[in-house]
Amino acid sequence: MADVQKTPPAGILSGRAIVTIIGADRVGIIAGIAAVIAEANVNILDISQSVIREFFTMIMMVDLGGATVSFDELSDRLARKGAELSVRVEIQREEIFKAMHRI
Amino acid sequence: MSQLNFSGDEILETIRMVRTEQLDIRTITVGISLFDCVSDSCDTLCRNVYEKVTSIARDLHRVSAELSREFGLPIVNNRIAVTPVSLIAGRCNREELLRVAQTLDSAAHAVQVDFIGGFTAHVEKGMSTIDANLIAAIPQALAATRRVCASVNIGSTRAGLNMDAIAEMGHVIRRTAEATAAQSSIGCAKLVVFCNAVEDNPFMAGAFHGASEADRIVNVGVSGPGVVLKALQAAGDVDFGTLTAIIRRTAFKITRAGELIGRAASARLGIPFGIVDLSLAPTPAEGDSVARILEEIGLEQVGTHGSTAALALLNDAVKKGGAMASSYVGGLSGAFIPLSEDAGMIDAARQGTISIDKLEAMTAVCSVGLDMIVIPGDTPAETLAAIIADEAAIGMINRKTTATRLIPAISRKVGDWVDFGGLLGRAPVIPVNTRSSRRFIARGGRIPSPLQALGN
Repeated sequence: MADVQKTPPAGILSGRAIVTIIGADRVGIIAGIAAVIAEANVNILDISQSVIREFFTMIMMVDLGGATVSFDELSDRLARKGAELSVRVEIQREEIFKAMHRI
Repeated sequence: MSQLNFSGDEILETIRMVRTEQLDIRTITVGISLFDCVSDSCDTLCRNVYEKVTSIARDLHRVSAELSREFGLPIVNNRIAVTPVSLIAGRCNREELLRVAQTLDSAAHAVQVDFIGGFTAHVEKGMSTIDANLIAAIPQALAATRRVCASVNIGSTRAGLNMDAIAEMGHVIRRTAEATAAQSSIGCAKLVVFCNAVEDNPFMAGAFHGASEADRIVNVGVSGPGVVLKALQAAGDVDFGTLTAIIRRTAFKITRAGELIGRAASARLGIPFGIVDLSLAPTPAEGDSVARILEEIGLEQVGTHGSTAALALLNDAVKKGGAMASSYVGGLSGAFIPLSEDAGMIDAARQGTISIDKLEAMTAVCSVGLDMIVIPGDTPAETLAAIIADEAAIGMINRKTTATRLIPAISRKVGDWVDFGGLLGRAPVIPVNTRSSRRFIARGGRIPSPLQALGN
Protein backbone atom coordinates (compact mmCIF):
# COMPACT_ATOMS: atom_id res chain seq x y z
CA MET A 1 0.00 0.00 0.00
CA ALA A 2 1.08 3.48 -0.87
CA ASP A 3 4.44 2.17 -1.96
CA VAL A 4 4.50 4.74 -4.67
CA GLN A 5 4.59 7.62 -2.25
CA LYS A 6 7.21 5.95 -0.14
CA THR A 7 9.81 4.79 -2.66
CA PRO A 8 10.59 7.91 -4.67
CA PRO A 9 12.95 10.03 -2.65
CA ALA A 10 11.94 13.62 -2.18
CA GLY A 11 13.26 16.16 -4.62
CA ILE A 12 14.20 13.68 -7.31
CA LEU A 13 11.01 12.36 -8.82
CA SER A 14 7.88 14.30 -9.64
CA GLY A 15 5.49 11.39 -9.15
CA ARG A 16 4.17 11.87 -12.67
CA ALA A 17 4.39 9.17 -15.28
CA ILE A 18 3.71 8.69 -18.97
CA VAL A 19 1.47 5.86 -20.10
CA THR A 20 1.92 4.87 -23.74
CA ILE A 21 -0.48 2.62 -25.58
CA ILE A 22 0.40 1.35 -29.01
CA GLY A 23 -1.54 -1.15 -31.08
CA ALA A 24 -4.22 -1.79 -33.65
CA ASP A 25 -7.21 0.51 -33.23
CA ARG A 26 -10.38 -1.00 -31.74
CA VAL A 27 -13.33 -0.09 -29.56
CA GLY A 28 -12.74 0.34 -25.86
CA ILE A 29 -9.01 0.88 -25.57
CA ILE A 30 -9.21 4.21 -23.75
CA ALA A 31 -12.08 3.06 -21.57
CA GLY A 32 -10.26 -0.13 -20.57
CA ILE A 33 -6.96 1.52 -19.71
CA ALA A 34 -8.59 4.50 -18.00
CA ALA A 35 -10.56 2.13 -15.80
CA VAL A 36 -7.39 0.44 -14.57
CA ILE A 37 -5.88 3.81 -13.83
CA ALA A 38 -8.93 5.10 -12.00
CA GLU A 39 -9.14 1.93 -9.93
CA ALA A 40 -5.65 2.64 -8.62
CA ASN A 41 -6.74 6.18 -7.73
CA VAL A 42 -4.28 7.60 -10.22
CA ASN A 43 -5.25 10.91 -11.76
CA ILE A 44 -5.05 11.42 -15.51
CA LEU A 45 -3.62 14.88 -16.17
CA ASP A 46 -3.62 14.86 -19.92
CA ILE A 47 -4.30 12.62 -22.88
CA SER A 48 -3.18 12.82 -26.48
CA GLN A 49 -4.11 10.26 -29.07
CA SER A 50 -3.56 9.72 -32.71
CA VAL A 51 -4.20 7.04 -35.26
CA ILE A 52 -1.32 6.87 -37.68
CA ARG A 53 -2.31 4.52 -40.50
CA GLU A 54 -4.00 1.70 -38.64
CA PHE A 55 -1.86 2.16 -35.54
CA PHE A 56 -3.39 3.64 -32.50
CA THR A 57 -1.09 5.63 -30.24
CA MET A 58 -2.25 7.12 -27.01
CA ILE A 59 -0.07 8.98 -24.58
CA MET A 60 -1.30 9.89 -21.11
CA MET A 61 0.30 11.92 -18.40
CA VAL A 62 -0.75 10.62 -14.99
CA ASP A 63 -0.14 11.69 -11.41
CA LEU A 64 0.82 8.89 -9.05
CA GLY A 65 0.55 11.11 -5.98
CA GLY A 66 -2.62 9.54 -4.64
CA ALA A 67 -2.01 6.04 -5.94
CA THR A 68 -3.29 3.21 -3.79
CA VAL A 69 -1.04 0.60 -5.37
CA SER A 70 2.70 0.39 -5.98
CA PHE A 71 4.27 1.35 -9.29
CA ASP A 72 5.01 -2.30 -9.98
CA GLU A 73 1.45 -3.35 -9.32
CA LEU A 74 0.04 -0.62 -11.54
CA SER A 75 2.49 -1.53 -14.28
CA ASP A 76 1.41 -5.19 -14.04
CA ARG A 77 -2.27 -4.33 -14.17
CA LEU A 78 -1.77 -2.12 -17.20
CA ALA A 79 0.22 -4.81 -18.97
CA ARG A 80 -2.53 -7.37 -18.26
CA LYS A 81 -5.24 -5.04 -19.52
CA GLY A 82 -3.11 -4.26 -22.57
CA ALA A 83 -2.78 -7.95 -23.37
CA GLU A 84 -6.56 -8.31 -23.06
CA LEU A 85 -7.03 -5.47 -25.54
CA SER A 86 -4.18 -6.63 -27.81
CA VAL A 87 -2.25 -3.39 -27.37
CA ARG A 88 1.11 -2.70 -25.79
CA VAL A 89 0.94 -0.53 -22.69
CA GLU A 90 3.95 0.96 -20.96
CA ILE A 91 4.19 3.20 -17.97
CA GLN A 92 7.37 5.12 -17.31
CA ARG A 93 8.21 7.92 -14.94
CA GLU A 94 8.28 11.21 -16.83
CA GLU A 95 11.87 11.96 -15.79
CA ILE A 96 13.27 9.60 -18.39
CA PHE A 97 11.74 11.71 -21.16
CA LYS A 98 12.77 14.93 -19.50
CA ALA A 99 16.35 13.70 -19.22
CA MET A 100 16.58 12.59 -22.82
CA HIS A 101 14.69 15.36 -24.58
CA ARG A 102 15.03 18.49 -22.45
CA ILE A 103 18.12 20.35 -21.40
CA MET B 1 -1.51 19.70 -24.32
CA SER B 2 -0.94 21.70 -21.19
CA GLN B 3 0.46 19.06 -18.86
CA LEU B 4 2.25 16.91 -21.37
CA ASN B 5 5.69 18.41 -21.72
CA PHE B 6 6.87 16.11 -24.45
CA SER B 7 5.79 15.53 -27.97
CA GLY B 8 4.48 12.15 -28.99
CA ASP B 9 7.51 11.78 -31.25
CA GLU B 10 9.90 12.26 -28.37
CA ILE B 11 8.13 9.73 -26.22
CA LEU B 12 7.99 7.20 -29.00
CA GLU B 13 11.65 7.81 -29.81
CA THR B 14 12.66 6.81 -26.29
CA ILE B 15 10.46 3.74 -26.42
CA ARG B 16 11.85 2.75 -29.81
CA MET B 17 15.43 3.13 -28.57
CA VAL B 18 14.73 0.58 -25.87
CA ARG B 19 12.46 -1.75 -27.80
CA THR B 20 14.23 -2.09 -31.10
CA GLU B 21 17.65 -0.49 -30.74
CA GLN B 22 18.86 -2.20 -27.55
CA LEU B 23 19.34 0.96 -25.54
CA ASP B 24 20.16 -0.18 -22.06
CA ILE B 25 21.96 0.70 -18.91
CA ARG B 26 24.78 -1.78 -19.05
CA THR B 27 25.59 -1.67 -15.39
CA ILE B 28 25.01 -0.05 -12.07
CA THR B 29 28.29 -0.55 -10.29
CA VAL B 30 28.58 0.17 -6.59
CA GLY B 31 32.10 0.98 -5.53
CA ILE B 32 32.98 -0.03 -1.99
CA SER B 33 36.10 0.84 -0.07
CA LEU B 34 37.52 -2.06 1.91
CA PHE B 35 40.17 -0.06 3.76
CA ASP B 36 38.27 -0.34 7.04
CA CYS B 37 38.16 -4.14 6.68
CA VAL B 38 41.89 -4.50 7.17
CA SER B 39 43.00 -6.94 9.84
CA ASP B 40 46.13 -8.89 10.69
CA SER B 41 44.09 -12.07 10.60
CA CYS B 42 42.80 -13.35 7.28
CA ASP B 43 39.67 -14.73 8.97
CA THR B 44 38.77 -11.33 10.37
CA LEU B 45 39.58 -9.65 7.07
CA CYS B 46 37.29 -12.02 5.17
CA ARG B 47 34.51 -11.60 7.71
CA ASN B 48 34.79 -7.80 7.55
CA VAL B 49 34.81 -7.83 3.75
CA TYR B 50 31.76 -10.06 3.56
CA GLU B 51 29.83 -7.97 6.06
CA LYS B 52 30.68 -4.66 4.45
CA VAL B 53 29.97 -5.73 0.88
CA THR B 54 26.72 -7.46 1.70
CA SER B 55 25.44 -4.64 3.88
CA ILE B 56 26.22 -1.80 1.43
CA ALA B 57 25.01 -3.65 -1.66
CA ARG B 58 22.09 -5.32 0.09
CA ASP B 59 19.44 -3.38 -1.84
CA LEU B 60 21.24 -3.04 -5.16
CA HIS B 61 19.44 -5.87 -6.92
CA ARG B 62 15.99 -4.73 -5.74
CA VAL B 63 16.56 -1.03 -6.48
CA SER B 64 17.95 -1.81 -9.90
CA ALA B 65 14.89 -3.90 -10.79
CA GLU B 66 12.60 -1.12 -9.51
CA LEU B 67 14.34 1.56 -11.55
CA SER B 68 14.37 -0.56 -14.65
CA ARG B 69 10.63 -1.02 -14.30
CA GLU B 70 9.78 2.56 -13.46
CA PHE B 71 11.82 4.19 -16.21
CA GLY B 72 11.26 1.48 -18.78
CA LEU B 73 14.99 1.01 -19.34
CA PRO B 74 16.65 -2.40 -19.08
CA ILE B 75 19.50 -2.54 -16.57
CA VAL B 76 21.56 -5.46 -17.75
CA ASN B 77 24.02 -5.99 -14.91
CA ASN B 78 24.51 -5.04 -11.29
CA ARG B 79 28.09 -5.05 -10.20
CA ILE B 80 30.38 -4.25 -7.33
CA ALA B 81 33.86 -2.78 -7.47
CA VAL B 82 36.02 -2.99 -4.36
CA THR B 83 39.33 -1.54 -3.25
CA PRO B 84 42.17 -3.45 -4.91
CA VAL B 85 42.70 -6.52 -2.74
CA SER B 86 46.47 -5.95 -2.88
CA LEU B 87 45.93 -2.79 -0.80
CA ILE B 88 43.93 -4.39 1.99
CA ALA B 89 45.41 -7.87 2.34
CA GLY B 90 49.04 -7.04 2.98
CA ARG B 91 49.68 -9.95 5.30
CA CYS B 92 47.94 -12.64 3.28
CA ASN B 93 49.81 -15.43 1.58
CA ARG B 94 48.67 -17.03 -1.66
CA GLU B 95 46.23 -19.47 -0.07
CA GLU B 96 44.72 -16.75 2.07
CA LEU B 97 44.30 -14.52 -0.98
CA LEU B 98 42.35 -17.32 -2.56
CA ARG B 99 40.04 -17.21 0.45
CA VAL B 100 39.62 -13.46 0.01
CA ALA B 101 38.60 -14.10 -3.62
CA GLN B 102 36.11 -16.73 -2.51
CA THR B 103 34.74 -14.34 0.10
CA LEU B 104 34.18 -11.71 -2.60
CA ASP B 105 32.48 -14.33 -4.74
CA SER B 106 30.11 -15.43 -2.01
CA ALA B 107 29.33 -11.83 -1.05
CA ALA B 108 28.50 -11.09 -4.70
CA HIS B 109 26.35 -14.20 -4.81
CA ALA B 110 24.55 -13.23 -1.61
CA VAL B 111 23.48 -9.83 -2.97
CA GLN B 112 22.81 -11.22 -6.45
CA VAL B 113 25.24 -9.09 -8.42
CA ASP B 114 26.68 -10.34 -11.68
CA PHE B 115 30.33 -9.47 -11.14
CA ILE B 116 32.61 -8.17 -8.42
CA GLY B 117 35.85 -6.52 -9.51
CA GLY B 118 38.89 -5.65 -7.46
CA PHE B 119 41.11 -8.72 -7.27
CA THR B 120 43.61 -6.19 -8.42
CA ALA B 121 47.22 -5.11 -8.09
CA HIS B 122 49.00 -2.00 -9.32
CA VAL B 123 52.55 -2.78 -10.23
CA GLU B 124 53.44 -0.23 -12.89
CA LYS B 125 56.59 0.81 -11.05
CA GLY B 126 57.40 -2.23 -8.96
CA MET B 127 55.99 -5.25 -7.24
CA SER B 128 55.70 -5.76 -3.49
CA THR B 129 55.35 -9.17 -1.88
CA ILE B 130 51.59 -8.86 -1.62
CA ASP B 131 51.38 -7.84 -5.29
CA ALA B 132 53.43 -10.87 -6.30
CA ASN B 133 51.28 -13.14 -4.13
CA LEU B 134 48.07 -11.74 -5.53
CA ILE B 135 49.22 -12.05 -9.13
CA ALA B 136 50.32 -15.63 -8.49
CA ALA B 137 46.91 -16.39 -6.98
CA ILE B 138 44.95 -15.07 -9.98
CA PRO B 139 44.69 -18.31 -12.02
CA GLN B 140 43.33 -20.29 -9.08
CA ALA B 141 41.15 -17.42 -7.88
CA LEU B 142 39.48 -17.09 -11.27
CA ALA B 143 39.07 -20.83 -11.64
CA ALA B 144 37.57 -21.22 -8.17
CA THR B 145 35.08 -18.34 -8.40
CA ARG B 146 32.36 -17.33 -10.83
CA ARG B 147 31.84 -13.63 -10.29
CA VAL B 148 35.26 -12.34 -9.31
CA CYS B 149 37.17 -10.23 -11.84
CA ALA B 150 40.88 -9.53 -11.65
CA SER B 151 42.99 -6.76 -13.10
CA VAL B 152 46.64 -5.81 -12.99
CA ASN B 153 48.02 -2.41 -13.92
CA ILE B 154 51.47 -2.93 -15.43
CA GLY B 155 52.22 0.49 -16.81
CA SER B 156 51.39 4.16 -16.83
CA THR B 157 52.48 7.34 -18.56
CA ARG B 158 53.98 8.49 -15.25
CA ALA B 159 55.83 5.31 -14.36
CA GLY B 160 56.61 3.63 -17.66
CA LEU B 161 56.16 -0.08 -18.21
CA ASN B 162 57.10 -2.73 -15.67
CA MET B 163 58.43 -5.34 -18.07
CA ASP B 164 59.02 -7.88 -15.30
CA ALA B 165 55.35 -7.68 -14.41
CA ILE B 166 54.40 -7.88 -18.08
CA ALA B 167 56.52 -11.02 -18.49
CA GLU B 168 54.87 -12.50 -15.42
CA MET B 169 51.37 -11.67 -16.77
CA GLY B 170 52.14 -13.70 -19.88
CA HIS B 171 52.52 -16.74 -17.64
CA VAL B 172 49.54 -15.82 -15.46
CA ILE B 173 47.27 -15.60 -18.52
CA ARG B 174 48.50 -19.00 -19.69
CA ARG B 175 47.97 -20.55 -16.26
CA THR B 176 44.50 -19.00 -16.05
CA ALA B 177 43.65 -20.43 -19.46
CA GLU B 178 44.86 -23.85 -18.36
CA ALA B 179 43.04 -23.72 -15.02
CA THR B 180 39.76 -23.06 -16.85
CA ALA B 181 40.53 -25.10 -19.98
CA ALA B 182 37.37 -27.17 -19.51
CA GLN B 183 35.23 -24.01 -19.84
CA SER B 184 36.95 -22.67 -23.00
CA SER B 185 39.55 -20.90 -20.83
CA ILE B 186 36.86 -18.49 -19.64
CA GLY B 187 39.00 -17.42 -16.66
CA CYS B 188 40.93 -15.19 -19.05
CA ALA B 189 37.73 -13.28 -19.86
CA LYS B 190 37.75 -12.13 -16.23
CA LEU B 191 41.34 -10.87 -16.28
CA VAL B 192 42.41 -7.49 -17.63
CA VAL B 193 45.95 -6.17 -17.92
CA PHE B 194 45.94 -2.37 -17.87
CA CYS B 195 48.12 0.55 -18.67
CA ASN B 196 46.84 3.78 -17.06
CA ALA B 197 43.95 2.01 -15.28
CA VAL B 198 41.14 4.32 -14.15
CA GLU B 199 39.76 4.22 -10.63
CA ASP B 200 36.07 4.74 -11.34
CA ASN B 201 35.47 2.47 -14.31
CA PRO B 202 32.17 0.61 -13.85
CA PHE B 203 32.81 -1.87 -16.67
CA MET B 204 34.13 -5.36 -16.12
CA ALA B 205 36.42 -7.09 -16.02
CA GLY B 206 38.52 -4.06 -15.15
CA ALA B 207 36.42 -2.38 -12.47
CA PHE B 208 37.94 -1.67 -9.08
CA HIS B 209 37.29 0.98 -6.45
CA GLY B 210 40.36 3.20 -6.52
CA ALA B 211 42.24 4.24 -3.42
CA SER B 212 41.28 7.88 -3.97
CA GLU B 213 37.56 7.13 -4.02
CA ALA B 214 35.06 7.75 -1.21
CA ASP B 215 33.83 5.02 1.12
CA ARG B 216 31.05 4.09 -1.29
CA ILE B 217 29.83 5.36 -4.63
CA VAL B 218 27.38 4.55 -7.41
CA ASN B 219 28.72 4.58 -10.96
CA VAL B 220 26.68 3.87 -14.04
CA GLY B 221 27.78 2.50 -17.39
CA VAL B 222 25.49 3.16 -20.31
CA SER B 223 25.55 1.46 -23.64
CA GLY B 224 23.74 1.94 -26.92
CA PRO B 225 25.62 1.18 -30.15
CA GLY B 226 22.27 0.12 -31.64
CA VAL B 227 20.81 3.59 -31.11
CA VAL B 228 23.77 5.29 -32.81
CA LEU B 229 23.60 2.79 -35.68
CA LYS B 230 19.89 3.45 -36.31
CA ALA B 231 20.39 7.21 -36.20
CA LEU B 232 23.18 6.99 -38.77
CA GLN B 233 21.19 4.66 -41.00
CA ALA B 234 18.32 7.12 -40.99
CA ALA B 235 20.65 9.97 -41.97
CA GLY B 236 22.09 8.29 -45.07
CA ASP B 237 25.12 9.67 -46.92
CA VAL B 238 25.71 12.90 -45.03
CA ASP B 239 29.13 14.53 -44.71
CA PHE B 240 31.38 14.02 -41.70
CA GLY B 241 30.29 17.20 -39.93
CA THR B 242 26.66 16.13 -39.99
CA LEU B 243 27.63 12.56 -39.12
CA THR B 244 29.45 13.61 -35.96
CA ALA B 245 26.59 15.90 -35.02
CA ILE B 246 24.20 12.93 -35.15
CA ILE B 247 26.51 10.81 -33.01
CA ARG B 248 26.95 13.64 -30.52
CA ARG B 249 23.22 14.18 -30.20
CA THR B 250 22.55 10.50 -29.72
CA ALA B 251 25.36 10.13 -27.18
CA PHE B 252 23.91 13.10 -25.31
CA LYS B 253 20.51 11.47 -24.94
CA ILE B 254 21.96 8.15 -23.88
CA THR B 255 24.18 9.79 -21.29
CA ARG B 256 21.29 11.79 -19.86
CA ALA B 257 19.35 8.57 -19.40
CA GLY B 258 22.37 7.09 -17.64
CA GLU B 259 22.76 10.06 -15.35
CA LEU B 260 19.09 9.91 -14.39
CA ILE B 261 19.36 6.23 -13.49
CA GLY B 262 22.59 6.89 -11.60
CA ARG B 263 21.07 9.70 -9.54
CA ALA B 264 17.90 7.77 -8.85
CA ALA B 265 19.92 4.70 -7.80
CA SER B 266 22.10 6.89 -5.63
CA ALA B 267 19.06 8.38 -3.86
CA ARG B 268 17.38 5.04 -3.25
CA LEU B 269 20.52 3.24 -2.14
CA GLY B 270 21.63 6.16 0.02
CA ILE B 271 25.03 6.03 -1.68
CA PRO B 272 26.58 9.11 -3.33
CA PHE B 273 26.55 9.32 -7.11
CA GLY B 274 29.93 9.06 -8.80
CA ILE B 275 30.09 9.14 -12.58
CA VAL B 276 28.40 8.09 -15.78
CA ASP B 277 30.63 6.09 -18.04
CA LEU B 278 29.32 6.66 -21.52
CA SER B 279 30.76 3.81 -23.47
CA LEU B 280 29.45 2.28 -26.64
CA ALA B 281 29.67 -1.25 -25.32
CA PRO B 282 28.45 -3.81 -27.82
CA THR B 283 26.70 -7.08 -27.07
CA PRO B 284 26.57 -10.13 -29.30
CA ALA B 285 22.96 -9.22 -30.23
CA GLU B 286 22.62 -8.30 -33.91
CA GLY B 287 22.45 -4.52 -34.31
CA ASP B 288 24.08 -3.82 -30.93
CA SER B 289 27.45 -3.60 -32.58
CA VAL B 290 30.17 -0.96 -32.79
CA ALA B 291 31.53 -2.68 -35.90
CA ARG B 292 28.20 -2.14 -37.67
CA ILE B 293 28.43 1.59 -36.90
CA LEU B 294 31.86 1.73 -38.54
CA GLU B 295 30.44 -0.14 -41.51
CA GLU B 296 27.52 2.29 -41.69
CA ILE B 297 30.07 5.13 -41.75
CA GLY B 298 31.18 3.61 -45.02
CA LEU B 299 33.40 0.56 -44.66
CA GLU B 300 32.45 -2.60 -46.52
CA GLN B 301 33.59 -4.52 -43.49
CA VAL B 302 35.28 -3.47 -40.28
CA GLY B 303 39.02 -4.04 -40.41
CA THR B 304 39.50 -2.64 -43.89
CA HIS B 305 41.38 0.60 -44.59
CA GLY B 306 39.59 3.52 -42.99
CA SER B 307 38.58 1.58 -39.86
CA THR B 308 40.95 3.47 -37.59
CA ALA B 309 39.81 6.87 -38.85
CA ALA B 310 36.14 5.93 -38.58
CA LEU B 311 36.65 4.68 -35.03
CA ALA B 312 38.55 7.84 -34.08
CA LEU B 313 35.65 9.95 -35.31
CA LEU B 314 33.10 7.79 -33.48
CA ASN B 315 35.03 7.74 -30.22
CA ASP B 316 35.54 11.48 -30.20
CA ALA B 317 31.94 12.32 -31.08
CA VAL B 318 30.69 10.00 -28.34
CA LYS B 319 32.89 11.75 -25.78
CA LYS B 320 31.79 15.20 -26.90
CA GLY B 321 28.11 14.33 -26.68
CA GLY B 322 28.55 12.63 -23.35
CA ALA B 323 30.64 15.40 -21.82
CA MET B 324 27.89 17.94 -22.51
CA ALA B 325 25.22 15.71 -21.00
CA SER B 326 26.58 15.05 -17.55
CA SER B 327 28.70 16.98 -15.09
CA TYR B 328 30.43 13.80 -14.04
CA VAL B 329 31.49 11.77 -17.00
CA GLY B 330 34.22 9.35 -16.03
CA GLY B 331 35.48 5.82 -16.30
CA LEU B 332 36.56 4.86 -19.78
CA SER B 333 33.91 6.74 -21.80
CA GLY B 334 34.37 5.99 -25.47
CA ALA B 335 33.85 3.12 -27.85
CA PHE B 336 34.72 -0.47 -26.96
CA ILE B 337 35.81 -2.96 -29.59
CA PRO B 338 35.72 -6.35 -27.84
CA LEU B 339 35.95 -8.98 -30.50
CA SER B 340 33.80 -11.80 -29.14
CA GLU B 341 31.07 -9.46 -27.87
CA ASP B 342 30.32 -7.73 -31.16
CA ALA B 343 28.48 -9.46 -34.00
CA GLY B 344 30.15 -7.31 -36.67
CA MET B 345 33.63 -7.92 -35.27
CA ILE B 346 32.93 -11.64 -35.11
CA ASP B 347 31.93 -11.68 -38.80
CA ALA B 348 35.03 -9.72 -39.77
CA ALA B 349 37.26 -12.08 -37.79
CA ARG B 350 35.61 -15.10 -39.37
CA GLN B 351 36.14 -13.74 -42.85
CA GLY B 352 39.70 -12.68 -42.10
CA THR B 353 38.97 -8.97 -42.67
CA ILE B 354 40.19 -7.96 -39.24
CA SER B 355 43.48 -9.04 -37.73
CA ILE B 356 45.05 -8.59 -34.32
CA ASP B 357 47.38 -6.02 -35.89
CA LYS B 358 44.51 -3.88 -37.19
CA LEU B 359 42.75 -4.21 -33.84
CA GLU B 360 45.88 -2.97 -32.13
CA ALA B 361 46.00 0.07 -34.40
CA MET B 362 42.34 0.79 -33.68
CA THR B 363 42.94 0.69 -29.94
CA ALA B 364 45.17 3.74 -30.30
CA VAL B 365 42.09 5.85 -30.99
CA CYS B 366 39.34 4.26 -28.89
CA SER B 367 38.69 3.91 -25.22
CA VAL B 368 40.22 0.60 -24.29
CA GLY B 369 42.32 -2.03 -25.99
CA LEU B 370 42.74 -5.55 -27.28
CA ASP B 371 39.61 -6.95 -25.73
CA MET B 372 38.16 -10.46 -25.70
CA ILE B 373 40.43 -11.74 -28.40
CA VAL B 374 40.70 -15.49 -28.68
CA ILE B 375 44.09 -16.70 -29.86
CA PRO B 376 45.61 -20.16 -30.28
CA GLY B 377 46.02 -22.20 -27.10
CA ASP B 378 49.69 -22.85 -27.77
CA THR B 379 50.62 -19.15 -27.87
CA PRO B 380 53.79 -18.87 -25.75
CA ALA B 381 53.77 -16.76 -22.57
CA GLU B 382 56.45 -14.50 -24.10
CA THR B 383 54.22 -13.72 -27.07
CA LEU B 384 51.32 -12.90 -24.73
CA ALA B 385 53.66 -10.63 -22.78
CA ALA B 386 54.85 -8.94 -25.95
CA ILE B 387 51.28 -8.29 -27.07
CA ILE B 388 50.59 -6.74 -23.66
CA ALA B 389 53.75 -4.62 -23.98
CA ASP B 390 52.71 -3.32 -27.40
CA GLU B 391 49.27 -2.41 -26.15
CA ALA B 392 50.61 -0.83 -22.97
CA ALA B 393 53.10 1.21 -25.00
CA ILE B 394 50.20 2.73 -26.93
CA GLY B 395 48.56 3.72 -23.65
CA MET B 396 51.75 5.02 -22.08
CA ILE B 397 52.73 7.25 -24.99
CA ASN B 398 49.23 8.53 -25.70
CA ARG B 399 48.31 9.17 -22.04
CA LYS B 400 45.28 6.93 -22.29
CA THR B 401 43.97 3.76 -20.78
CA THR B 402 44.70 0.61 -22.70
CA ALA B 403 43.73 -2.85 -21.64
CA THR B 404 44.47 -6.32 -22.82
CA ARG B 405 42.07 -9.20 -22.38
CA LEU B 406 43.46 -12.14 -24.33
CA ILE B 407 42.15 -15.66 -24.25
CA PRO B 408 44.65 -18.30 -25.36
CA ALA B 409 42.01 -21.02 -25.68
CA ILE B 410 43.71 -24.22 -24.60
CA SER B 411 43.90 -26.92 -27.32
CA ARG B 412 42.17 -24.69 -29.88
CA LYS B 413 43.68 -23.77 -33.22
CA VAL B 414 43.18 -20.87 -35.63
CA GLY B 415 39.68 -21.07 -37.08
CA ASP B 416 38.17 -23.06 -34.19
CA TRP B 417 35.21 -21.42 -32.47
CA VAL B 418 34.99 -20.66 -28.79
CA ASP B 419 31.67 -19.89 -27.13
CA PHE B 420 31.57 -18.18 -23.72
CA GLY B 421 27.83 -17.60 -23.63
CA GLY B 422 25.89 -14.53 -22.55
CA LEU B 423 27.43 -11.09 -22.82
CA LEU B 424 30.90 -12.54 -23.37
CA GLY B 425 29.80 -13.93 -26.73
CA ARG B 426 31.66 -16.23 -29.10
CA ALA B 427 34.57 -15.85 -31.45
CA PRO B 428 36.84 -17.66 -33.87
CA VAL B 429 40.44 -18.19 -32.83
CA ILE B 430 42.52 -15.64 -34.75
CA PRO B 431 46.21 -15.97 -35.52
CA VAL B 432 49.04 -14.14 -33.78
CA ASN B 433 52.47 -13.55 -35.21
CA THR B 434 54.43 -16.76 -34.63
CA ARG B 435 57.91 -15.20 -34.70
CA SER B 436 59.38 -15.21 -31.20
CA SER B 437 59.56 -12.25 -28.81
CA ARG B 438 61.41 -14.32 -26.23
CA ARG B 439 64.65 -12.35 -26.16
CA PHE B 440 62.78 -9.05 -25.89
CA ILE B 441 60.73 -10.19 -22.91
CA ALA B 442 63.68 -11.91 -21.22
CA ARG B 443 65.59 -8.63 -20.84
CA GLY B 444 63.68 -7.71 -17.69
CA GLY B 445 63.51 -4.41 -15.86
CA ARG B 446 61.41 -1.41 -16.78
CA ILE B 447 60.78 0.62 -19.88
CA PRO B 448 61.35 4.12 -18.50
CA SER B 449 58.55 6.63 -18.31
CA PRO B 450 58.38 8.62 -21.53
CA LEU B 451 59.04 12.27 -22.11
CA GLN B 452 55.28 12.77 -21.82
CA ALA B 453 55.61 12.05 -18.08
CA LEU B 454 57.85 15.05 -17.51
CA GLY B 455 55.04 17.59 -17.40
CA ASN B 456 55.95 19.39 -14.20
